Amino acid sequence: MTSSPYSCPQSREQVLNSYFMEHRAKVLDVAAFLDRLDRSQPSGTEPDFRDSAIRDAIRILIDGQPQRAKRILELLSDLSSDIPQSAHGMKGASGAVRSRSGAGS
Amino acid sequence: MRYIDPHVHMVSRTTDDYQRMALAGCIAITEPAFWAGFDRSSAQGFYDYFRQLTEYEPRRAALFGIRHFAWLCINPKEADDPGFAREVVSLIPDFLKCETVLGIGEIGLNKNTRNEKIILEEQIALAEKHNQLVLVHTPHLEDKLKGTRLIMDALSASRIDPGRILIDHVEEHTVGEVLDRGFWAGMTLYPDTKMTPQRATDVIEMYGSERLWMNSAGDWGCSDPLAVPKARIEMSRRGHSARLIDQVTLENPKQFLSQSPNFRLPELPG
Repeated sequence: MTSSPYSCPQSREQVLNSYFMEHRAKVLDVAAFLDRLDRSQPSGTEPDFRDSAIRDAIRILIDGQPQRAKRILELLSDLSSDIPQSAHGMKGASGAVRSRSGAGS
Repeated sequence: MRYIDPHVHMVSRTTDDYQRMALAGCIAITEPAFWAGFDRSSAQGFYDYFRQLTEYEPRRAALFGIRHFAWLCINPKEADDPGFAREVVSLIPDFLKCETVLGIGEIGLNKNTRNEKIILEEQIALAEKHNQLVLVHTPHLEDKLKGTRLIMDALSASRIDPGRILIDHVEEHTVGEVLDRGFWAGMTLYPDTKMTPQRATDVIEMYGSERLWMNSAGDWGCSDPLAVPKARIEMSRRGHSARLIDQVTLENPKQFLSQSPNFRLPELPG
């Protein structure tokens, strides 16, 4: 890890000029996704683990602390130490940890 | 502009992609053996696949002036049945004699199971026995962090120099540990599930350019065989030097891959 907090060669204004519109659109995508979830038909009493995970990730986005991407990836990672014998019957990766909320889907 | 895509699954791509990559400046690719999207029902299926990787694809690439190299293994997704996996692994030593084979890969874990780990360890031993380079697949999404650590522990238990091992598909939460333990790290530029060119450039800015490369891992899924030249454009747009861009997309792959005597590039003008 580099020691300088300013490892990007661009100025803050240049970064905004380059990337603001792209990320404005992505923020709106997230907002519309959450609205879509609100408008969708209920499918259980407990929130889906992915729903909880994405809301936890959004909190990291605005907490003002560095290394947001790393911390969100850690949040979405399986940190258990158990090693099952076989993958037989397992589902593919879903992008978040199923047991986090105690609810499955 | 010249670059190497050190991880791309051309068996899943059309000949048009070879042409587009050549036009974008690709001079060489390396193709690890992988899960083709559908489980094979016999070791014979792998034998045919290894022949495709070592005989057919080098010829197809050569039509566009691209050097093609291969890595051989049974991938972790199909390695959960140890008996079946051992049948496939027994085929590999004969193929290591092919002049375009660089090593064992992409081995690793998929769902982080004991069965996968047994076959991972046996393939690490195979690489050690035959003095081969190793290319490592790390698991997807929520399984990546735990799997990467399990894989590094298995590799560290062998006598293979970590400088001869590249751990691929790193992201922000794994790259630091991989580099700190002396391994090379690969960043895969996938639209949704791995890295974007923007994030890969961020990682270079934060972790430096030593022992790092970028690849498209273009395959049968949503992927982009031109992801590496797009990352070069991203780095250039940010103001990074041509030297740095060449280092991570050409010189670093050359440095790592040249540890295999089979990796040879033609003399290029200028």
